[in-house]
Amino acid sequence: MAPIFRWGFMGLVLTLIYIPILVLVVNSFNASKYGIKWGGFTFKWYEKFWNNEGLMGAALNSLTVSIVAASVATVIGTLAAVALHRYHFKGKALLSSMVFVSMLTPEIVMAISLLIVFMALGIKLGFISLVIGHITFCLPFVIVAVYSRLKGFDMKMLEAARDLGASESSIFWKIILPLALPAVASGWLLSFTLSLDDVIVSAFVTGPGYEILPLKVYSMVRVGVSPEVNAISTILLVVSLVLVVISQLLLREDK
Amino acid sequence: MRSSFGSFRFWAIGLASVWLTLFVFFPNLLVIFTSLLTRDPQATVSLPVNVDSYVRTLDVLYLQVLWDSLRMSLLAMVFCLLIGYPFAMAIVSLPKRWQPVILFLVILPFWTNSLVRTYAIQFILGNQGIINKSLIGLGLIDKPLQLLYTQFAVILGLCYILLPFMVLPLYSALEKLDIRLHHAAKDLGAGPLSRFWYITVPLTSPGIVAGCLMVLLPAMGMFYISDLLGGAKNLLLGNVIKTQFLHTRDWPFGSAFSVILIVLLGFMLWLYFRASRFVSKQGGLNGSDF
Repeated sequence: MAPIFRWGFMGLVLTLIYIPILVLVVNSFNASKYGIKWGGFTFKWYEKFWNNEGLMGAALNSLTVSIVAASVATVIGTLAAVALHRYHFKGKALLSSMVFVSMLTPEIVMAISLLIVFMALGIKLGFISLVIGHITFCLPFVIVAVYSRLKGFDMKMLEAARDLGASESSIFWKIILPLALPAVASGWLLSFTLSLDDVIVSAFVTGPGYEILPLKVYSMVRVGVSPEVNAISTILLVVSLVLVVISQLLLREDK
Repeated sequence: MRSSFGSFRFWAIGLASVWLTLFVFFPNLLVIFTSLLTRDPQATVSLPVNVDSYVRTLDVLYLQVLWDSLRMSLLAMVFCLLIGYPFAMAIVSLPKRWQPVILFLVILPFWTNSLVRTYAIQFILGNQGIINKSLIGLGLIDKPLQLLYTQFAVILGLCYILLPFMVLPLYSALEKLDIRLHHAAKDLGAGPLSRFWYITVPLTSPGIVAGCLMVLLPAMGMFYISDLLGGAKNLLLGNVIKTQFLHTRDWPFGSAFSVILIVLLGFMLWLYFRASRFVSKQGGLNGSDF
């Protein structure tokens, strides 16, 4: 491909990807209610969101779920990545294929399978079920992020530590964790954004008493135009963008 | 080394194993089991075991929905491939320094809220949206075009949301391609088209299958895309499953549709492993990335 054509094609695709996002962001500051023409710059949709108790409550719930789910997923995922990288054990192939499958399973299938299992185990739908569901779809992302970082390690250092009498847990705390920390942090940030943005799994496993922001947004945009949605959407977009950029910078550092 | 209760090793292996067994393995078995049960208004599902739900998916009405959903998802997959392949090739041909930057720009939207981005598309395609407004402004049309609530809109939305999933595996397959094969073929007189068709495409087939898998399967489930862009008529399989679970409360029937998706996933994984085996036999790539 000729360079001009190549850059032109890439530029075009990237522009098409970012235009809708840009339109949304610009419109969240548009004073005209239906966003048809530019009615001047305003913060009033953000104010409306801020003053809407239902929406703020849902936002707070979302934050809580995301922080808890990302943290638990990061702990379990980091340990699992270390286990998959360091140990040989019975069922290792099964564990890694479960990680693989859970990453590829369409979200809708995961959503109904979780709903069925919550019913079978008698877990009430609400905060707990949401957190469990979010941990489950975040887990493989953390495992893969940490695992691929561990693959780049010099294993001799760990062997030396063991020969000198270090226990497995002190090897983890003193050597593996500090070295893998960027990947662990990036895994947490990615889990947090995945959890904060999830619609499909949440739609199935949430209960009537526990509202979260993406589902609120979903029901609002189905009904019709409400400009606060532009403001909420912009906030969600900016939060994810910032966190993902940070997580990528963490991974890039000292590579 | 044995893992005793309380040791680091015990927890490292145990936590994830228990979690994934309890919330991935076991639930998937339950879906298959539920699809074989009978609907019960009181207890949601009950015995006896039967295959009625599967028989009902063959009903003309549902076959039509299934076919429409499959067609829209397949078209989205094809368009993603047609855009994603040259795009991935263009990235690979860039200087090493630039590759991660462009790749990052494509993947970045994946991490943002896809519902919000679908809503943005709705905003653009609507009768009062940018496209119709500009076309009318330019005097090209008098009445707004019906872009929203069509199959076209659903396919566009699916492509828009799922394109990164196509580009990523294609990029990693293309990146591993040995450029010397191309030089050799060129020396032997192969033109650019036959080099592409006989070398690049077969050796990147695992990437192609992986990309198709990662677009097609989610595409069938993304109920909010058809909801916001397709209106009530253009349904995806995800909408049917959602209705059966959350509104009609016919769990066995909804589960039967999900099992269809699981079977499709299994089939595509089989295709993927076959393609990677073919490629590693040819000596191009080394195994999967995982």
